[in-house]
Amino acid sequence: MAFLTDRKRAAGLGSAKAGTEHHWSMTKSSVGLLILTPLFLLVIGPMLGRPHAEVVEYFSRPFPAIVTGLMLVVGFLHFKGGVQTLIEDYVHGFARKVLIVAMICLSYAAMATGLYAVVKLAL
Amino acid sequence: MADVNRGNRPLSPHLTVYRPQLTSMTSILTRITGNALLVGALLVVWWLLAAATSPEAFARADGFITSWFGDLIMALSVLGLWYHLLAGVRHLVWDQGYLLEVEQAEKFGIACIIGSVVLTILTLIIV
Repeated sequence: MAFLTDRKRAAGLGSAKAGTEHHWSMTKSSVGLLILTPLFLLVIGPMLGRPHAEVVEYFSRPFPAIVTGLMLVVGFLHFKGGVQTLIEDYVHGFARKVLIVAMICLSYAAMATGLYAVVKLAL
Repeated sequence: MADVNRGNRPLSPHLTVYRPQLTSMTSILTRITGNALLVGALLVVWWLLAAATSPEAFARADGFITSWFGDLIMALSVLGLWYHLLAGVRHLVWDQGYLLEVEQAEKFGIACIIGSVVLTILTLIIV
């Protein structure tokens, strides 16, 4: 072992070559959310605490339904990327893989659930 | 690959050797707010699903979200959302190579904190 040079020890342990794409995907979704977040707050805020019939009627209009749908898709994709970085920084070994897969599942499940609800309300 | 040299490596100084600074605090706050927003997001998904399901389910979800505890989570989520958004803008600016000096980063950090509080108050008033 002592005969291994530092150069040899480091060879092959480079990056996964996927970091740039990850960072760029976060950049793209963050710019999207910059537009969507204020719209989403204006759409969803007034509806909390309103009667059920009014909420159903509200989301059958195009603007609230489309903004909410976009927010669900872009928001949870952005969360999926962000929480993966968080896990990669603090969790190691097998638990890291399990947690990342679990959070990806949760992100898509929440996105799909929200989209189902919006579609059902809108149509 | 065979030799993993443990214990004898030079390590870069880690978090614990630094005193808390505005730059590091605003940075970690970005991460905390971003990930904590999952709670509010899941509550909104529940609320939407309940609205699509039945008036009874909606009454349960809406009752929780508009209770004092739900209001607290929603208000904190809005604060976290605005902070994370402004801190995200700061990252987008940094990515372009601007405002990277410590003094500028600190000013921008203060702007993020004050801005998020102002925007949260505005949001709670308007919506």
